[in-house]
Amino acid sequence: MGEAIIQFLETWSPLDVVLIAQNFDRFLLGALVTLQLTGLALLIGGALAVPLAIIRAGKNPYLNAPVWAFTYTFRGTPLLVQTYLIYYGLGQFEAVRESFLWGPILSQAWWCALIAFSLNTAAYTTELLRGAIVTTSRGEVEAALACGFSAAQRMRRIVLPSAFRRALPAYSNEVIFMLHGSVVASTITIQDLLGVGRWLNGRYYLAYEGFITAAVLYLIIVLIISRGFRWWESRWLRHLYPQNAVETKPKKGLASFRF
Amino acid sequence: MKLKKILTTLGLAILLGGMASAQAADLRIGVEGAYPPFSWKESDGTLKGFDIEIAEALCAEMGRNCVLVEQDWDGMIPALLAKKYDAIVASMSITEERKKRVNFSDKYYNTPAKFVAKNGSDLQITKEGLKGKRIGLQRGTTHQCFMEKMFPDAELVLYATQEEVFQDLAIGRIDANFSDSIAADDGFLKTDAGKGFGFVGGDMHDMECHGEGAGIAVRKSDDELRMEFNKAIQALRDKGVYQKINAKYFDFDIFGG
Repeated sequence: MGEAIIQFLETWSPLDVVLIAQNFDRFLLGALVTLQLTGLALLIGGALAVPLAIIRAGKNPYLNAPVWAFTYTFRGTPLLVQTYLIYYGLGQFEAVRESFLWGPILSQAWWCALIAFSLNTAAYTTELLRGAIVTTSRGEVEAALACGFSAAQRMRRIVLPSAFRRALPAYSNEVIFMLHGSVVASTITIQDLLGVGRWLNGRYYLAYEGFITAAVLYLIIVLIISRGFRWWESRWLRHLYPQNAVETKPKKGLASFRF
Repeated sequence: MKLKKILTTLGLAILLGGMASAQAADLRIGVEGAYPPFSWKESDGTLKGFDIEIAEALCAEMGRNCVLVEQDWDGMIPALLAKKYDAIVASMSITEERKKRVNFSDKYYNTPAKFVAKNGSDLQITKEGLKGKRIGLQRGTTHQCFMEKMFPDAELVLYATQEEVFQDLAIGRIDANFSDSIAADDGFLKTDAGKGFGFVGGDMHDMECHGEGAGIAVRKSDDELRMEFNKAIQALRDKGVYQKINAKYFDFDIFGG
C-alpha cells in the first residue's frame, strides 16, 4: 500500500517549478529565436509568394509549370524533410562545402532553417494568394477594364488589394502553422523555444517540464497573433461585413448572420 | 469526497493491475540504437552492438524472455518511468542526478570521456582555450552536465544522437566533439568519415557529472529486478561470457577497475 503510493509519486511527480523559474530567461531567449525565424521566413516567403501567385493565376504555361512544380514539391513534402535535406543533405557534397555559400550561410544551422522555412511558407502562400486572385469578382475587373486600366494597373490597383483582403483569414492560419512548424529548428541544433525545452529536459533528465513551459509560451504567442489578425480583419474586411453596425440586438434570420 | 474516493480506488486498481500483469509478461529492455559500437541499427532494422549483446546475455543468464524496445536518448528515463519498458541497457552512466529518478545496477563498463577535433587544430582544453568554441555533444548525456559545469564559456551545440554530432564534426560545423572515448573511437575515428581527426587532451572525468560507469537503470520500485541484474552481471563476468562479447568489439577489457 505505502509502496504503491511512493511509486505513484515517483512516477507522476509534479512539475519541477523551481528549475523552470531558474531557467526562464533561457526560455524567453528561445522564444525570441522562434519569433525571429518565423517572422523573417514569413516576410521572405510572402515577398516571394506575390509574384509567384500572379504567375500561377496567369495563363502562361512556360511560367506556370515550374511554379506549380515548386509549390507542389514544398507542399507535398514534410517541412522536417526539407530542413534535413538542406542542413544534413547539402553538407555532404564537397562542392557545396567549397563554395562561397558554405562559410557564411549553409554551414550555419540558423540560415538552413530560414531557407527551408521561407521556401515552405512561400509555397503555401503562393497557392493561397492564387486562389484569392482567381476568385476576384468579375465586376471589379470589368469596371477596371471599362476605365481603360492596363493589365498591370488592374493587377496592382484592383485585383491584388482585393485578393490580399480576402486571403487574410486563411493567411492567419498559415502564420500559426509556420510558428508551429518552426519547432523543426530544434532538430538541427538551434536553441529555439522547443530547443530550450529539450535542453532543460536533457540537462536535468526531466520528462515534460521543458515541453510544458514551451507549450505555454507557444499558446501565448498564438493568442497574440490571432488577436492581431482579428483586429486587422476588422479593419481590412469591414466592407464585406453585413451593414447593420447600428443595431445592438441581432435580429432573427439573415440580419444576425456574422462570420 | 465521494469522487475522490472513487478516483483513488480506480487509480490503485490500475496500479495493482499493472504490477500483476508486469510479472507474467516478458521483460522489456529499453535500448537506443544510434550509439555505435554500443548499439546501432543494421539496414534491415536489426539491432546490433555491445549493449544489445550484453542485454541479451543478461536475459539468458536471468532465464527471462526479453523484448528490446527502441527509444530516443532524450526520452530514455521518462519512458522507463512511464513503463514503456522495465530496464535501460543503453550505456547510461550512473550519476547522482539520475539516481533521483531511477535506480541503477552495478556498473557493467566504465570508459573515460574525451574531446575529438581535427588533426592539427589548436584547440586547448582549458577554460580560456574553449571559450566561444563550438563543442558538439549529445543532449541529455553526462557530457552536457560536464561541459556546463567545467567549461561554461564554450558554445554547446546539442544534438539528438551521437551520429549527428560526428556528421557535423566531419563537415566542419563544430570545432570539437565531446563524448565517451570508445564511442568516438569506434563510431567515428576508425571510420572513413573520421580520417584526419583525433583525440585532443586527456581523459575527462568529473564524479558528479560522469559518475562511476554505465549501469542498468530500473524504476525505484523494482529493487528485485535490480538485484537480479547485479547477480547476472557478476555471473557473466565469472563465466567469461562478458569477456567473449567484449573481445568482439574492443581490444581491451572495458569493464574498468
